[in-house]
Amino acid sequence: MRLLSLFIFIVTLAFSINAVKASPVDTYEFQDEVTKIRFQALTKELRCPKCQNQNLADSNSPIAADLRKELYELLQQGKADIEIVNFMVDRYGEFVLYRPRVSSLTYVLWFGPAVLILLGFIVVIVIVRRKPVAQKDLVLSKEQQDKLNNFLNDK
Amino acid sequence: MGKLIRFLPLLLVIALGVVLYRGLSLNPQAMPSALVGKMMPAYSLQTLKDNGQVVTQADLKGDIVLVNVWATWCPTCKYEHPYLVDIAKDPKVKLYGLNYKDDRPAAQQWLKNYKDPYVFSIFDEEGTLGLDLGVYGAPETFVIDHHGIIRKRFAGAIDTKVWRREFEPLIAQLIEEKKQGK
Repeated sequence: MRLLSLFIFIVTLAFSINAVKASPVDTYEFQDEVTKIRFQALTKELRCPKCQNQNLADSNSPIAADLRKELYELLQQGKADIEIVNFMVDRYGEFVLYRPRVSSLTYVLWFGPAVLILLGFIVVIVIVRRKPVAQKDLVLSKEQQDKLNNFLNDK
Repeated sequence: MGKLIRFLPLLLVIALGVVLYRGLSLNPQAMPSALVGKMMPAYSLQTLKDNGQVVTQADLKGDIVLVNVWATWCPTCKYEHPYLVDIAKDPKVKLYGLNYKDDRPAAQQWLKNYKDPYVFSIFDEEGTLGLDLGVYGAPETFVIDHHGIIRKRFAGAIDTKVWRREFEPLIAQLIEEKKQGK
């Protein structure tokens, strides 16, 4: 019985989380499944110009609704994804892309992490290679060993 | 050299701190417009006053044209309005309105109540021209030069301070360019 109520609790919790995450609902009809998936993908990829930390799919702002409508119409006209993205960039700038294009402005963004990892590897390799040299120095010379033995024997 | 390397992490942290501190004072809402340097987009829309009168980009006459995006649903536009009435008196510029996604009778009443600073207002009920201009709110103001090229987009309210800081230098520059025959 307890197990059952726990199960019901978890299920309701899961549903309520879903309800909180619900996005604004537009009723768009698509002629095929592919277009629908492309619409969903593009609304996730494109950023709302007004509420800057939300994509078009999540945002409730009027401009996001307008852009979703425009996106839908462009899809209905049979425009390719790249044409639609260019359409948006021409009007709202590179800013609307959540995945910025590779350009001289975004080189640091795209290749910075790889360069940092590479630097990290180089540092690690340098440190690891140094170690044997350091260990050689740790070996006591004959004189030092004798001195040490004397101290130990004194006790 | 060995001693210098010891200070390297400290120096890196300080450099990072400087970069991040600078980031705090930047305005994340300020975006460069994709349209600066491009021609005014083509359109064919009714004017606010007269639904029988259709205007196009060719009707924005003047050496320096200001296009102000406004709407009655926009409270900041109300704040800005008296300053626009003043700016319209300046013979150096021609001020046009773009009534963006608005209700025609309400907008006409607004201009009756608060004076009409615009040569005319374009009535963009669906926001199509707004979309072509990359408008994402109101008020916004565009500066167009004598070639019909958009030179500036300013998002937010204009008042005397903003006008002096953001617009006057550009207007002086545009007058100079026109003189030199550019």
